[in-house]
Amino acid sequence: MSQLTKRFSILARDFSRAGEVSIQVQGTLKKIGYDQDIIRRASICAYESELNVVMYGEGGHLQLTLGPDEIVLDVVDEGPGIEDIELAMQEGYSTAPAEYQEMGFGAGMGLPNIKRNSDSLEINSAKGKGTHLRIGFKVR
Amino acid sequence: MNEAAVSQEMEKTDVKAMALMDVKDILKAEVFVGEDNLATTVTAGTGSDLMSDMLRVPKTGVVLLSGLNTVQVVRTSVIAAVAAVVLVRGKRPTQDMIAQALEHGLPLMSTPFTMFTACGRLFYRGLRGVERKMEESPTVSVKAGP
Repeated sequence: MSQLTKRFSILARDFSRAGEVSIQVQGTLKKIGYDQDIIRRASICAYESELNVVMYGEGGHLQLTLGPDEIVLDVVDEGPGIEDIELAMQEGYSTAPAEYQEMGFGAGMGLPNIKRNSDSLEINSAKGKGTHLRIGFKVR
Repeated sequence: MNEAAVSQEMEKTDVKAMALMDVKDILKAEVFVGEDNLATTVTAGTGSDLMSDMLRVPKTGVVLLSGLNTVQVVRTSVIAAVAAVVLVRGKRPTQDMIAQALEHGLPLMSTPFTMFTACGRLFYRGLRGVERKMEESPTVSVKAGP
């Protein structure tokens, strides 16, 4: 299998469309015919990271790379960055404003959920420099 | 009764699966999407208004009860491969939600009961939560409480 890359833009604070990119990612993976478990895990990670870009990232993009051994999601934004990654990895820690939480978002489970559902996770982020997540899934 | 006895007692009334038709009857629900799919079975239930909780549903075949009627509940359910969504406290889905649920073949209902009562009615009839499925995963431990 040769490598295939697809790139999707994510708009900041557009909650009416938030999640559409992840649904497209899910559709692409289904069409190719990966097994249910990897599709489910990759879709959940895509969705959590897409929502992070919508809420905090000032917009950005998600790039899906399908290699022979690995599915990779690169999620990049130019937002304020994560000040304390260790803290952000703790379940329940959130900097979300009340209005996001009223919509059911910002429960402080995003990054932990991504970690849980992926096979590898690299976070590159610094205050004022945006965030780049590289999320990998081994194709078995 | 100690914890072990309680869980033994619960096992006796456990059902492995419940058809959406039964969920509809037990919850006196109105079906907005999926009238033709009510023979589909669910194997567990969960209730949440938080997207991240919905995404932690451990496996497929789960009916989700939610008090949040936004299009995000439908999208989150599609992503998490939830089997059906029931809105509680008589909330009616928006046109947008109905359209998205139709597009993705996600059954969508509304019950007049509150979250607590709706969950209780399903539990009483034998449907269980997702905890036991979580126990199968070695990384998560679940305490029987309170």
